[in-house]
Amino acid sequence: MSETGNAQRAATIAVLVENEAGVLARVIGLFSGRGYNIDSLTVAPVDDTGRISRITVVTSGTEMVIDQIKAQLDRLVPVHKVSDLTMEGPHLTRELALIKVVGKGEHRMEALRLADAFRARVVDATTESFVFEMTGNADKIDAFCALMRPVGLVEVSRTGAVAIARGPRGLN
Amino acid sequence: MSAATKPASTEAALTMSGAEVVLRALKDNGVDVIFGYPGGAVLPIYDALFQQNAIRHILVRHEQAAVHAAEGYARSTGRVGCVLVTSGPGATNAVTGLVDALMDSIPVVCLTGQVPTHLIGNDAFQEADTTGITRPATKHNYLVKKPGDLARVMHEAFYVAKSGRPGPVVVDLPKDILINKAPYTEPPIAEHRSYRPQTEPDAEQVRKAVRLMKAAKRPIVYAGGGVINAGPEASRLLVEFVRMTGFPCTNTLMGLGAYPAGDQQFLGMLGMHGTYEANLAMHGCDVMLNIGARFDDRVTGRLNAFAPTSKKIHVDIDPSSINKNVPVEVPIVGDAGRVLAAMIECWKAEDAPQDTHVLTAWWRQIDEWRAKDCLRYRQEGKIIKPQHAVKRLYEITQELGRETFISTEVGQHQMWAAQYFGFAKPNRWMTSGGLGTMGYGLPAAMGVQIAHPDALCIDIAGEASILMNIQEMATLAQYRLPVKVFILNNEYMGMVRQWQELLHGGRYSESYSAALPDFVKLAESFHAKGIRVTDAADLDAGIREMIAYPGPVIADIAVAKDENCFPMIPSGAAHNEMILGPEQEGGVKGVTDEGKVLV
Ligand SMILES: Cc1cc2nc3c(=O)[nH]c(=O)nc-3n(C[C@H](O)[C@H](O)[C@H](O)COP(=O)(O)OP(=O)(O)OC[C@H]3O[C@@H](n4cnc5c(N)ncnc54)[C@H](O)[C@@H]3O)c2cc1C
Ligand SMILES: Cc1ncc(C[n+]2csc(CCOP(=O)(O)OP(=O)(O)O)c2C)c(N)n1
Ligand SMILES: [Mg+2]
Repeated sequence: MSETGNAQRAATIAVLVENEAGVLARVIGLFSGRGYNIDSLTVAPVDDTGRISRITVVTSGTEMVIDQIKAQLDRLVPVHKVSDLTMEGPHLTRELALIKVVGKGEHRMEALRLADAFRARVVDATTESFVFEMTGNADKIDAFCALMRPVGLVEVSRTGAVAIARGPRGLN
Repeated sequence: MSAATKPASTEAALTMSGAEVVLRALKDNGVDVIFGYPGGAVLPIYDALFQQNAIRHILVRHEQAAVHAAEGYARSTGRVGCVLVTSGPGATNAVTGLVDALMDSIPVVCLTGQVPTHLIGNDAFQEADTTGITRPATKHNYLVKKPGDLARVMHEAFYVAKSGRPGPVVVDLPKDILINKAPYTEPPIAEHRSYRPQTEPDAEQVRKAVRLMKAAKRPIVYAGGGVINAGPEASRLLVEFVRMTGFPCTNTLMGLGAYPAGDQQFLGMLGMHGTYEANLAMHGCDVMLNIGARFDDRVTGRLNAFAPTSKKIHVDIDPSSINKNVPVEVPIVGDAGRVLAAMIECWKAEDAPQDTHVLTAWWRQIDEWRAKDCLRYRQEGKIIKPQHAVKRLYEITQELGRETFISTEVGQHQMWAAQYFGFAKPNRWMTSGGLGTMGYGLPAAMGVQIAHPDALCIDIAGEASILMNIQEMATLAQYRLPVKVFILNNEYMGMVRQWQELLHGGRYSESYSAALPDFVKLAESFHAKGIRVTDAADLDAGIREMIAYPGPVIADIAVAKDENCFPMIPSGAAHNEMILGPEQEGGVKGVTDEGKVLV
């Protein structure tokens, strides 16, 4: 029996799908049609033949809702496997962000100091701007962006989370 | 899957057009009849149909009706129903039928025409984004973009429609794919790459369930449409299990026929318009076996008051049905038939004795509830009570002993049909339960009659609903289908009127069926027989005349206009708060706003 409580939790769910037309629309349509949250969603082919894609979706809800989400995902015809990484033990989550900061003089120096502290790399520079690349979990990127805002942050592009379980066990 | 597919023959692979491949795939998947309506995008299929005899095409008069007919065909045979419609408006007209089949878990394959691949996305003539529109309306859908995919997709469509929890599947076929040559491969033997529903139950879960049931003091079996989906053998096993355990059994609207109505252990339908005994037994039970039902809101009433003292076992082939609305103690994923077989075996093997003493006490309580005789009504005078009309229809068909199939439209008449027509076997009852689609019954009866040419097929209808697909009278005439339309004509959208009476202060906003046609003349203009009965004394004769006539009939039965359908659990109420009859209607005033927002 699943929890009947109203406590919400976040869940990072990995979904292996057949890489066919419309599969992403099915997954997104499922979330919107049934009123589930999507905090982030990423997708890319992951096998050597390009036939299988991995979708990582970060969502939240009560235990009963998250169980529903998993069951609903699993019954989609092109879905091979659904795995609740949050429930299944320790896992790593990473996100990539490209962050554009514009400024001159002291602001430029401050931007570089912050980037250094956060291990963000400069991937583009002009006399008045930088684009930083950083990976990390969402909190780290949030914190970096917050600090950059007064320094001259103008644009952020983020991938959303990808995740994988720690240890030797594979998902397939 | 592809590894196991082999070309039928190299020559065939080179000589067949896409349209021929489609028909060959239908044939190889056991299709003998297809319900459809032509148009530009599917002309190649119609051309191929013209040149063969294996598949019979039934020309409907509206694409929605094609899907309902396929549903009727499917539900009454256990096979996959098949539909063919053109692109654009053909496909959009089919959408209501598709959602209907989705909600009621009916296996249907619907082929839709599409503009040629190079025009897709250009707003071409009669282009619609059919896969986009039908994605949430189907179990799965496909757009075939390459000739090499055609045969595989066709076979897969049938596999998906009928496997696991059945449902509708759309295959969208661009016209160039139909015209150009395409290779044919036979249906594969290998497993599907990703879709493999679990049918065998976990033995440990079955054991847990059986232990719980053996110790039950106030058990109940709540069986639904999933038992029908699982095939007639599952219904047979349900009867065996219920008899063996001595448990009471109730059916959902979709499950009617899964357990024989006349049986002593049958409590009738449960839910909003279910019987007093079924609902109170659900409310008071300590162990509930839900088999193939989905805890629909029409059944549970207010969730926090639903069977409050019970431990629940839920058997469903679709894991997403389990713990969706109602959390359960013992979930069992599997096919209803397989699970019943396993439970029977396990029940026999478990030594623990059953306490028949407490069971007898439970039956005594149930019999007290039964004694209320909640479905009684009084037929007096000339005015025909709708309940009486259904009851007499049932009794006369019983007396005649002909194989009888009943479909319905949606409304009060549907509920009276469910309450007063007893079903002894599965697959004899077609109704739109989940979507509640007015206009379902006539085309569904048509599909049933095609599958069972010699049977008696009756659509129990309302005068409002029947007008929603009335054009199908022409289809009945064309194919000489002797379907009987039995209209309980109360001159109201009765179900709407009832809610307005009970919940909206008797303000009958737009629920009067004004300007009704003369149904006798209407029947005649469609080459059918029309009968009108206005006096209770003539009811039996009218019914007999309807049944005896060898062709299609509309029997327009004038019934009491203000009759309400009882028992009723008002929306937002609990099972033990049901209203039994008009004398108790005052009780409805207590409906909260929270209840009123519910449908
Ligand atoms: C006006 C109106 C009034 C209504 N009033 C009532 C009412 O009073 N009482 C009532 O019961 N209904 C009523 N309904 C119908 C109601 O809306 C639902 O359609 C119905 O209750 C659902 O029936 P079910 O639970 O048997 O599920 P179904 O919709 O038949 O679903 C079947 C379930 O079984 C599962 N299943 C499918 N195949 C298998 C298999 N092989 N093995 C195991 N499981 C399987 C499916 O996954 C699904 O969960 C009413 C409808 C209308 C339009
Ligand atoms: C397509 C559709 N539109 C609207 C409804 C809402 N509705 C449910 S029952 C009903 C009235 C049906 O009237 P009738 O066919 O005369 O049946 P009665 O209730 O009188 O027996 C309506 C409008 C519906 N179920 N389906
Ligand atoms: Mg009416």
